[in-house]
Amino acid sequence: MTAPPESARLAIAWRAGRARLASVAAPAGLALVVFAGVLLAFGKNPIKAYVDIFSSTLGSPYGFSETLVKMTPLVLTAVAVAVPAKIWLINVGGEGQLYIGAIFATWGALTFGHLPGWLLLPLMVALGFLGGGLWGLVSGLLRAKGWVSETISTLLMNYVAILLLNYVVFGPWKDPEGVNYPQTAEFAPAAMLPVLGQSRVHLGLALGLVAVGLFAFFVSRTRWGLEMRAIGGNADAARRNGIPVGRYVVGLMFIGGGLAGLAGMCEVSAIQGRLRPSLSPGYGYTGFLISWMAGGHPLGILGAAFLLAVVTAGGDILQMTQALPGSVVNILMAVILFVILGRRTGER
Amino acid sequence: MLGLARGLLSGAIVSGTPLLYATLGELISERAGIVNLGLEGVMLVGAVVGFITCVSTGSATLAVTAAALAGALFNMIFAFLVISRRANPLASGLALMFCGVGLSALLGAPYIGSQIGGLPEISIPGLADLPLLGPALFAHDALVYLAAPVATLLWWVLFFTRWGLSLRAVGENPVAAFAAGRNPHRIQYQALVVAGILGGIAGAHLSVGVAKAWAEWMTAGRGFIAVALVIFSKWHRLRAIAGAFLFGGAISLQLQMQALGVPISAFLLDMLPYVLSLVVLAIWGGARRHAAPGSLGRVFQGTE
Repeated sequence: MTAPPESARLAIAWRAGRARLASVAAPAGLALVVFAGVLLAFGKNPIKAYVDIFSSTLGSPYGFSETLVKMTPLVLTAVAVAVPAKIWLINVGGEGQLYIGAIFATWGALTFGHLPGWLLLPLMVALGFLGGGLWGLVSGLLRAKGWVSETISTLLMNYVAILLLNYVVFGPWKDPEGVNYPQTAEFAPAAMLPVLGQSRVHLGLALGLVAVGLFAFFVSRTRWGLEMRAIGGNADAARRNGIPVGRYVVGLMFIGGGLAGLAGMCEVSAIQGRLRPSLSPGYGYTGFLISWMAGGHPLGILGAAFLLAVVTAGGDILQMTQALPGSVVNILMAVILFVILGRRTGER
Repeated sequence: MLGLARGLLSGAIVSGTPLLYATLGELISERAGIVNLGLEGVMLVGAVVGFITCVSTGSATLAVTAAALAGALFNMIFAFLVISRRANPLASGLALMFCGVGLSALLGAPYIGSQIGGLPEISIPGLADLPLLGPALFAHDALVYLAAPVATLLWWVLFFTRWGLSLRAVGENPVAAFAAGRNPHRIQYQALVVAGILGGIAGAHLSVGVAKAWAEWMTAGRGFIAVALVIFSKWHRLRAIAGAFLFGGAISLQLQMQALGVPISAFLLDMLPYVLSLVVLAIWGGARRHAAPGSLGRVFQGTE
C-alpha cells in the first residue's frame, strides 16, 4: 500500500479541521441562544449584552489584545487537561495547579529578585512548572496506586491550593508596605515577562503556543505518543505489552499540572506583578471545558480557547455594563458543555 | 476544656448536617450506578433558592421545601444528559456544577447581605438542660434532628422495599435488572430526583440553617467532599452518618481553635476537611472496590 499523495492528505486534514470547527461553532451558537433566554428572564437585554461583549473584545485592537491576554492562561490550562486526557485521566485540578505554580514562581521572584532577567525568568518558569507539576503528581501517584480517583483528588486539592495561597499572602509573604492589602511585595522589573509593544500581551502566549505544538508533536510523532494512544485505547492490552502504565499516569499528571502551573507563573509575572488572592477567575475550570470542547485536538484547543477568552472577557464587561455578577459566564460555559454532551450519544 | 468539647461537638453536628444530606443524595445516586459530581451545583441552587424564599416569605419551612424542589428540578438537567443522552457522567456533573455556580450567583446577587431569621432552634425540653453535653446535642434546628432518621429511612427504602431492590439491582447490573422486568432509565431518573431533593435540602441547611446568609460559592467544595464521603462510607448508611459528623468536626475545629486563640492560621486549619478526605480515601482505597455498586460510572446502553 502506498501513502496517499500530499494533496489528498491535506484535503483530508482540511476536511477534518472543518468538521472540528463546525463541532465547536454549532454548539456555541446554540448555547448563545439559550444564554440569551437566561438573560431575558432576568430582565437584561441579551442583544445589548452580546453587542457589548463582542464590540469590546473583537471590535478594537485594544479589545483584541485583551482577549489574547485572557487566552494565554486558558491555552495552558487546556493543554494541562488534554495531556492526561490522552490516557483518559480526568484532571479537574488545573485551578489548584495554577495557584501552586504561581506560589512557586512568586517564591523565586521574591528570593532571587537581584538576578538579571535572562536568568530569573527561566528560573521562575521552571519553578512554576515544578510547583504545578508536583501538585498534579500527588493525584497521579494516588491514582497509579489505585487508591483515589484523580477526578476527586484533583477537585479536592483545588481548595487546598487556594487556601495555601491565601495563607502566604495574608501571612508570611504579606507586603509590609501594603498596609492592609493581602498581597506580596511587588516583583523586581527583572521578574516581569516581556510584553508586546504597548499591550498586555506577553511572552506567556508564546509559551502556550509552544506547549500546544509540542503536545501535537509528541502525541503524533513519538514513541511516547504511540504508547499513550495504546494506553488510551486499551490499558490492559498496553500493560500486557510491557508499557509502564503506572509511570505514564504519574508522568502525564506531572506534565499536565506543570502546564497549569506555568499559567499561574505567567499571571503573577506578566499581569499582576505580585501574588494576590484574585489570581484567576476560574481559568483552571475553563481550561477543562476547552479541552473537552476540542476533544483534545491541538488546533481545536486554540480555537476553543479563543472563543472562551471572549466569553471570559465578556464576563468582566457584563459585570460593568449590566451589573451582573462576573460568575454569570459560568452559565454560558455550562450551557455550551451541556449542548456538546447532549448531542453526542454514547460513551466517549 | 468542657467548653471546647461542647463547642466542638455542637459545631460538628451543625456542620455535619448539610454534609450528611448531600452524602445521602450522592449515595442513592451511586447506588443506582451514577456518580454525580454536579451535587456541588445542586447544593448551591438549593442554598440560593432556600435563602431567597426565606427572605421573601419569612418561612423557613417554605424555604426548605422550595430548595428541595429546585434541587430536584436542577438535577434533572444532569439526569437527562446522563440517562437519556448517555453522556459522560463525570463531565456532565462538572457542567452542572459550573451551571449551579453561575445560576446561584445570578439569582443571589440582589440578596447578598439580606437578613433572615433562619431555621428556628428547637431545644428539646428536659434533654437540653442535661448537664455536660445537653446543650450541645439537643439545641439545634429541625433539619439537624431529622438528618439521622432520614439516613435510616433511606436505608430502609433501599434494603426493605421493592423499589429499593430494583434501584440497587440497576446499580449493580442494569442489563440483568432490565431482563427481570425493571426499567433502568425510569429508576435512575427517580434516584436522581431523590438525590436532587437531598442536595437541595443540604444547600438550604447551609444558607438558611447554618450561615443565615448567602455568599457566592458558599458550599466551598462540600459537594465534592460528599462524593468522597460516599466512597468512605462504602455505600453504607452508618458509616455515612459517622463520616459526615467526623468531617463536620474537622470544619468546626477551625472555629474552635480561633476562639481559643491558637496561633495557627485559619487558612491552614480550613484545609483540614479536604486533606482529611484525601487521606481517608487513600487509606480506604484498597478495600473499597468490592463494596462499590457493580455498574457504577458505566452507562446503560440498552440491551442490544
